[in-house]
Amino acid sequence: MNILEVNHLKKYYATQKAVDDISFTVAPGSIFGLLGPNGAGKTTLIRMITGIFYPDSGEILFNGKKFHPQNDAVHIGYMPEERGLYKKMKIGEQAVYLAQLKGLSRADAVRKVKEWFIKFNMESWWGKKVEDLSKGMGQKLQFVTTVLHEPKLIILDEPFSGLDPVNSNLIKDEIYQLAKRGSSIIFSTHRMEQVEEICDHIILVNKGQKILDGTVHNVKQQFKENLFSVKLDKQPQSVQSPVFELIGKNEGELIVKINEGHRPNDVLQYFMQQQCNIMAFHEILPSLSDIFIKLVEGTPLSRQFEPITA
Amino acid sequence: MTKIWLIIKREYLSRVKKKTFILSTFLTPLLFAGILFTVIMITVKSVSTDKFAVRDSSGFFKDKLKSSKVIEFDFNDSVNNQNFAALGYTGVLYTPQTDINQSDSFKIFSKKNLGVVASERIRDQITNAIENHLLDSLYQINLATLDSVRQQARSAQISNIIMEGDNKTKQGNSQIAYWIGYAAAFLIYITLFIYGTMVMRGVMEEKMNRIAEVMVSSVKPFQLMIGKIVGIGAVGLTQFLMWIVLVFVFSTIINSFIPPEILQQVQEGGNQLPGNNSQANEAIVGLAKAGVKLSGVNLPLIIGCFLFYFLFGYLFYASLFAAVGSAVNEDPQDAQSLMLPVTMPIVFGIIIMMNAIINPTSPMAVWTSIIPFFSPIVMMARLPFGVPGTVAWWELIVSMLSLIGGFLFTTWLSARIYRTGILLYGKKVTWKELIKWAFRSS
Repeated sequence: MNILEVNHLKKYYATQKAVDDISFTVAPGSIFGLLGPNGAGKTTLIRMITGIFYPDSGEILFNGKKFHPQNDAVHIGYMPEERGLYKKMKIGEQAVYLAQLKGLSRADAVRKVKEWFIKFNMESWWGKKVEDLSKGMGQKLQFVTTVLHEPKLIILDEPFSGLDPVNSNLIKDEIYQLAKRGSSIIFSTHRMEQVEEICDHIILVNKGQKILDGTVHNVKQQFKENLFSVKLDKQPQSVQSPVFELIGKNEGELIVKINEGHRPNDVLQYFMQQQCNIMAFHEILPSLSDIFIKLVEGTPLSRQFEPITA
Repeated sequence: MTKIWLIIKREYLSRVKKKTFILSTFLTPLLFAGILFTVIMITVKSVSTDKFAVRDSSGFFKDKLKSSKVIEFDFNDSVNNQNFAALGYTGVLYTPQTDINQSDSFKIFSKKNLGVVASERIRDQITNAIENHLLDSLYQINLATLDSVRQQARSAQISNIIMEGDNKTKQGNSQIAYWIGYAAAFLIYITLFIYGTMVMRGVMEEKMNRIAEVMVSSVKPFQLMIGKIVGIGAVGLTQFLMWIVLVFVFSTIINSFIPPEILQQVQEGGNQLPGNNSQANEAIVGLAKAGVKLSGVNLPLIIGCFLFYFLFGYLFYASLFAAVGSAVNEDPQDAQSLMLPVTMPIVFGIIIMMNAIINPTSPMAVWTSIIPFFSPIVMMARLPFGVPGTVAWWELIVSMLSLIGGFLFTTWLSARIYRTGILLYGKKVTWKELIKWAFRSS
């Protein structure tokens, strides 16, 4: 059973179709990437999933049942892109307070906060105020308050922005751990290399509509252009074959695009016939970044406002 | 419910624990006590005694001009208009040589112009003496008899007895009622502003810190708003209760430090000062009398009603302030213009109150004390004049019910604005849009 199932969700504003008929599912224990350019409708979509906004139409199933914001909020942890904490409040108290609002008893909250603070080397922060923290420290605190109550669904909007590599890795490891323990994580970002590294499944949203859905592997397969890299011990004089086209040439490496109806073996055969020693041969899969740009290209950089008549 | 309780607790504790709260709670009554004390002391000190030498060649005025705290008469023939200052006299009074009936030939020599108080006092004493003399000499009226007659006449007091139903009567006292009403209404006016803007700033802070989005993923926006309003209201109540206690303590201390004679003197001084209808003066006199005459005012009812009107007046306006706060973006200047429609009725209330307190039964006073926008201020001004004398029971009940109803309505309205505004960034919002948010179907 999926932890989250979103069916035909719609949310229209006065001048924009912020979310226009989006459906997807999130499996338990998976890390799910929600991608899209600025203004694609990601935040609106997330806000509907977290119960902040009501959808105009469509339904959200949480854990197999109709999503009930008040009851299910306990099982959701949400870290918005714009971090927010009470500046004047002491850090320990703040974390306990936010955990209590998620339904933990005071004793449990205090215990958990202490555990996490020890884990993240934050023990000495307890009595400090948020305004005393640097941006990265605030980020860590925000992450702790998000996952403290062991939610089944964790929604992280750009969790690594402002973090140095050490702390990034710390958080990344925690994300893996949480997923391993059965939490599902929705991960919204523009940083494609992180998505490739972390996510199992992605969807790409543009102009309020879903334009891509699949596992990272499948998506790459779907968008591959049959490009291969061939490394040879010596460069042949000329490369000419009906099997492939030569796309690029690097130091000791050729990039080839296999033509329709041919297989990689045909390429190898061709080079062997040319008396070349093949040192390496591998497929070049497109990066998510390339796919992203390819799909989103042509969209104006910022979304235009348009009257909605639906 | 537990979530609202958590929010209330945080809003309350985070404010009560602040140093500024503790300071303002303790210092404000001290400040008032200090001002009061200073005013009293200045009044007491400014009642200086003027010493006059009297050259009474006829010997008639001896024993007839009586020294008082303000003016001392000294019958001393060695003083003349040259040496009085050197001898420590404010002035020297020459009475007519031969016939005291030559009333135009009294002369006072002094270094500086005599104060109004002093010269009036002296004139009074002289006219009294002459009057007594004439009555005695022309009509053979015994002075002792005359005194007792006058005493009797002066002892007549006018007391306003208010008929409450069949046989119940009550001592009326419009002077005290006026001051209590004025003070209570003003206090409500000030606190509406202080705590209202405190709510607004709290909401703005949450929105600008972006904590709002985290919060509303845990609790309903309505819970967040109500929690804040109730929490800050509790802060206000705490402050008031502490003030009441502190004022009681201070006034006990002051009463035990200032002997009653001085209060008496203050009263006298107040009466003596020229232009004694000035408000400051009356306030002091009123205060001096307050201890004696408070019995005419139903204090428990007024305190109870005060707390009610403070609380519900606050609740009525606080949610509106919260709605305004939720609509404000980064620019605090927006707050000013958005706040205006909320603050206007409060300011109107205080203007109406100043009128209503002079004429507490005028139709305007009656009706505005029922309309929830003004009732906390106007009704508090009218109440000390007496229930059911000035304010009928039905007026009080209707006023209270309409305020409760009004509070429910503004809270409902504000909640709808709030939940849209709190997450809307970057756009300057107008009142037209706020009203649209409030009344659109969800």
